[in-house]
Amino acid sequence: MTYQIQGEQGTWEVVIGMEVHAQVIAESKLFSGAAASFGAEPNSQVSLVDAAMPGMLPVLNEYCVEQAIRTGLGLNAKINKTSVFERKNYFYPDLPQGYQISQFLHPIVGKGEIEIDLPDGTTKTIGITRLHLEQDAGKSVHDQHPTKSYVDLNRSGCALMEIVSEPDIRSPDEATAYLSKLRMILRYLDTCDGNMEEGSMRADVNISVRKPGAGYGTRCEVKNVNSLKAVQQAIEYEAQRQVEIIEGGGKIDQETRLWDPAKGETRSMRSKEEAHDYRYFPDPDLLPLHLADSWIERVRETLPELPDQKKHRFMKDFGLSAYDANVLIAERARADYFEIVAKGRDGKMAANWVLNELLGALNKDGKSITDSVIAAGQLGALIDLISDNTISGKIAKDVFAEMYKSGKDPAEIVEEKGLKQVTDTGAIEKIVDEVIAENPDNVAAYRSGKDKLFGFFVGQVMKKSQGKANPNIINELLKKKLSL
Amino acid sequence: MTNLTHLTIEQALKGLEKKDFTAVELTQAHIDAMEKFRSLNAYIVETPEIALKQAAESDKRRAGGKAGLIDGIPLGIKDLFCTQGVQTTAASKILEGFKPEYESTVTSNLFRDGAVMLGKTNLDEFAMGSSNTTSAFGNVINPWKRKNDNTDLVPGGSSGGSSAAVAARICMGATGTDTGGSIRQPAAFCGIAGIKPTYGRCSRWGVVAFASSLDQAGPFARTVKDNALLLRSMAGYDPKDSTSADRPVPDYAAAMTGNIKGLKIGVPKEYRVEGMPAEIEKMWQQGIDWLKSAGAEIVDVSLPHTKYALPVYYIIAPAEASSNLARYDGVRYGKRVTGENLKDMYQKTRAQGFGEEVRRRILVGTYVLSAGYYDAYYIKAQRVRRLIYNDFMSAFEKCDVLLTPTAPSAAFAIGENEDDPVKMYLNDVFTVTGNLAGLPGLALPAGLDSQGLPLGLQLLGRPWGEETLFNVAGVIEKAANFTALPASVQKAA
Amino acid sequence: MSIDKNTVRKVASLARLEIDEAGLEKMTPKLNGILQWIEQLQALNTDNVEPLANVANIELKLRADALTDGNCADKVLANAPETTAGYFVVPKVVE
Repeated sequence: MTYQIQGEQGTWEVVIGMEVHAQVIAESKLFSGAAASFGAEPNSQVSLVDAAMPGMLPVLNEYCVEQAIRTGLGLNAKINKTSVFERKNYFYPDLPQGYQISQFLHPIVGKGEIEIDLPDGTTKTIGITRLHLEQDAGKSVHDQHPTKSYVDLNRSGCALMEIVSEPDIRSPDEATAYLSKLRMILRYLDTCDGNMEEGSMRADVNISVRKPGAGYGTRCEVKNVNSLKAVQQAIEYEAQRQVEIIEGGGKIDQETRLWDPAKGETRSMRSKEEAHDYRYFPDPDLLPLHLADSWIERVRETLPELPDQKKHRFMKDFGLSAYDANVLIAERARADYFEIVAKGRDGKMAANWVLNELLGALNKDGKSITDSVIAAGQLGALIDLISDNTISGKIAKDVFAEMYKSGKDPAEIVEEKGLKQVTDTGAIEKIVDEVIAENPDNVAAYRSGKDKLFGFFVGQVMKKSQGKANPNIINELLKKKLSL
Repeated sequence: MTNLTHLTIEQALKGLEKKDFTAVELTQAHIDAMEKFRSLNAYIVETPEIALKQAAESDKRRAGGKAGLIDGIPLGIKDLFCTQGVQTTAASKILEGFKPEYESTVTSNLFRDGAVMLGKTNLDEFAMGSSNTTSAFGNVINPWKRKNDNTDLVPGGSSGGSSAAVAARICMGATGTDTGGSIRQPAAFCGIAGIKPTYGRCSRWGVVAFASSLDQAGPFARTVKDNALLLRSMAGYDPKDSTSADRPVPDYAAAMTGNIKGLKIGVPKEYRVEGMPAEIEKMWQQGIDWLKSAGAEIVDVSLPHTKYALPVYYIIAPAEASSNLARYDGVRYGKRVTGENLKDMYQKTRAQGFGEEVRRRILVGTYVLSAGYYDAYYIKAQRVRRLIYNDFMSAFEKCDVLLTPTAPSAAFAIGENEDDPVKMYLNDVFTVTGNLAGLPGLALPAGLDSQGLPLGLQLLGRPWGEETLFNVAGVIEKAANFTALPASVQKAA
Repeated sequence: MSIDKNTVRKVASLARLEIDEAGLEKMTPKLNGILQWIEQLQALNTDNVEPLANVANIELKLRADALTDGNCADKVLANAPETTAGYFVVPKVVE
C-alpha cells in the first residue's frame, strides 16, 4: 500500500522523518529544583537558576537521566555511556540564559528502532537516529497587549527528550502510526504522558519528495504539528506543495515552515530563520555525563513489558488475532485490565467481552477503561457465570448492561432479578410440549423437511422461559420431540 | 589603636581574642581609612552599616565563646560576588542597580565563619581586563607610586579594587576571582599576596560568570598565612556547582611548617620571555636562591607549549563569555534601553550596557564559535589546551612546585597599553597557564624594583596542592621580608 | 584569517550588539589584530590531540528529583525592568 502523489509528470514518493519533543515525567526540572508541572501562576515555578540570574548554575536531575535511559532501552536503542551537554545559543525572551542546554554531538541515546502497525495489518520498522535531553523554553503570551508580549518562565528548564527518527517514513499513515506507537511506548515506560493537546509531546515533521528510487530531495521542517490529524494533513499538504513547485520548474528551499491548522496549510517562517547560527559548544558549567553499566542494567531490569512484546504474548497465550491484540495493548491500562479478566479463563472470550462489550460501551460514552465502573474482576466473574452455565450468553449481556449502570457484582444482579438459567429438564420439557402443541403447522412443515424451522422453535421456547432455559437442553428436547 | 588597619588577619584575630580591641573598633578603623583613601576608587559600594552590624554580632559571638574561624575580620568583596540585597554590578552599567535576592556560596561561607563586609570592590567590567581601567565605575588607582613620580598607576586587574584596598589597608583581606590571572597579577602590582586555588575548590555559585571553565575565586591578603586563613573559609564543596569538588578543606595554615627540605622546585625555562625586564629576571633568581638555601632542590623543567597559552586563552575565554553574557538582555534584571522592537531593544541594551572591552570580547567569542570557524578556532584552542595541561603533568613528574615571576612588568601607568588590546593581554602571560590547566597559583611580593614598585613571584602547584604552595610561599615570604609600604599608606599610619 | 566590516556587522547582530558605521571602523581593525594574533595556533600540529573542555577532574554529580526550589515569583521578578500580573514584559514578539 504505497502512498504516492500523482503529479503532472508522474508519481512522487514522500520521505518523512520526525523530531518529537517529549516532556520527561519528573517532579522537578532538568537543572533546577522547581516544579515541572503544568498550570501554575506565572513565574511561580521558577527558580533563580531558571530565571538565569547572574552566577546561577545548572545541576542535572538524576531521574531525568534515568528516564532518558529507560526510553532509550524501550526504543531498542544504544545507550551512550558518555554524553555531553552543550549550549545552543540564540536570543529569545522566553530563553532566559540566552542559550538552551541541549545535547548535540554526543546524545545520551544513539540508534534504535520501533515497529509500527499499519492500517492494513502489516508492520514496518522505523529507525531511531538518536534521543537527547534538553531544556524546554518558557512561554511568551502575545495576545494580551497590542505592543507587548508577556513572558512566563514556568516551562523554562523543564526536561525534554528530543527523539529523532530516520527518514524511513513514507506516508501520512505511517507518520501517524509512528507517532501513535512512540506515544504508546513512552506511556508504557511512564517517561512522558504523551499529551499532545497540553504540549507535553510535540512533533516537527521533516518532509521531502522524490521520484521513486531517486536520492533524497531537499526537505522542509514543518513545526507546530500538534495532533495526529495535523500530522496527516500537514504531510499531505506539504508533499503536494513540493511536487507542484518542482513540477513547475521551481526549487525547494530548505527551510522551517509552520503548520496553520485553521487554514490547513504550511507557511514559511523565514522571518525567524534570520541567520541562525547556534554556536553549539560544550557547557562549561557541566561535565560530561558518564553512565555506569550497573545503572543501565538496573533500569533495564525494571523495564515494563512493552507493547510489541505484550501483543505477541497475547496472541500466543490467548490465541488472539493481531487486530484484537493491537486494540488491547493500545493503552497499558487496557492491557492490564484484559489480563485480569483473562487470567484462568478463556482468552478469546475475555477479549470479546473487553473489546466488544466494555470498550464498545465506554467508547459510546467517550470514556476510557480507567473510567470503567466495572472492575476487571467483576467482568471476569460474569464470564465465570456463563462458563458454569449459571446464565446464558444472552442473559449475560443483560447482566452486563446492569453492571455498567450500577457497578454491582454480576452474581448479585442474577440473584436479584432471578436470571439463573433453568436446567430443570422437566420444566423445560413442559415448555417444549406447549410450544409444539401451539404450532401444529410449523411442526408439520418441519417434519416434512423444513429444517430451518428448528431455530423458530428454539426461539419460542427461549421466549417462554424469559431467556433463562439452558439452550443445550432446549436443543436436545426439541430434537427428540420433533423427530417423533 | 590607630594602627589597627595595619595588623595582619592573624594578629587581629589574636587581638580580638585577647580583647585588645573589639570587632566594632577594628571595623570602624577600616571604615575611617576607607574614607581617607576614597580617591583610590577601590570600592564601588561601601557598606559601613552592614559592616558595623556584622561586627557587633561578631563581638557578641566572641563574648559567648562562639567565634568563627575569621570572626570579626573586615573584608572587601569583589563586586563579582552576588551579595543579597547589596548592589552587585560586575562593574558594568548593564547591572547597575541590580540587587541580588541571593548570597554567593563563597561570601556565605565567609559570613558563616564571621567575616565582616566593608563593601563591594571595583574591578574590570565582568572581570575582563588586566588594569582595572574597563570598569564602568571608574579606574582604580594603585596606592603605590614610582619614586619621585606622581603618575597614577594601575592596580592590575581584574580584581584591582580588591588588591588596591588590601594594599592601602582599607580592608584586611578581600575576595577576588581569577580567570587568567585576575588575582595574581593585581596582587603582584600592589605588593600583596593572593591565591587562585585549584579549579573546583571554591564554588562558582553566585559569582557573576566570565569564563566558566577558567573562573575560580580566591583571597587576597597581606601575608601568606592570612591567605591560608581566608581560603579555608571560602573553599568547600557546593552541590549547587556541578564543577565543585567534593573533598575536605585542609587547614592550610597548619601546612606552613617552613620545612621544604628535599622538595623539588621546578623552574620552567619557557617563562624567560623576550623583553622581560632584567629586574624581574633577577627577582626570579633571588627566589630560586632562597628556596635552595632552605633545602629545596631546583629542577629545570620545560613547558613547551607555554607560548600558545595566551592565544588559547583569548579564544576560550571570550567564547565562553559570549554565551555567559547572553543573559544580560534587559528582560529580567539590569539595564534596559527601549527600542523600536524586541531585537532593537536587545541590541541597544547590550551595546549601551556593555563597555568597549566587553563588547570586543563578546564579538571575538561569537566569531570563534560561529559556523565555519568553530573547528579552526575553538576546537583548535581546546586541543592546544590539552597540550598545555599535559606539559604541566609531565613537569609535575619531575618537581612538586613551579616557581615563576607573576607578571612580566611592575604596575604601569593608567592609559598605558590601552591602544593595543593584544599588548594588554600579554600581562597574563605567566598566570593564564594555571587557569587553562586548572592549577593552584599563589602570588606573593618578593621585593621592589628600582622605581620602588613591588615585584611578585608565583608558585604553581599540582591540582589540590594548595598546602604545598602555602608552605613554600611561607619560606619565600620569610626570606624576602617584604615590609615596604606605599608612601601614602606610610603617611596615613 | 582577517575579517571585514560586513562580517563584524553580522557577528554583532548575532551577539545582539548595536554597532554603527563609526563603531565598525573602530572595532574591525582591533578585532583583526586579535584574530591575527591568535592565528599563531594554526602553526601547531594538533592531530590526534583530544580537545580539553574542562579541567575539573571530578565526576559530574547529579541531584535527586525533588522539589527544592521555585515558588519565589517575587524574587524572580524583583529586579525586572517591567512586569505585569506576574509576567515579565517585553516589546511585542512578532511571530
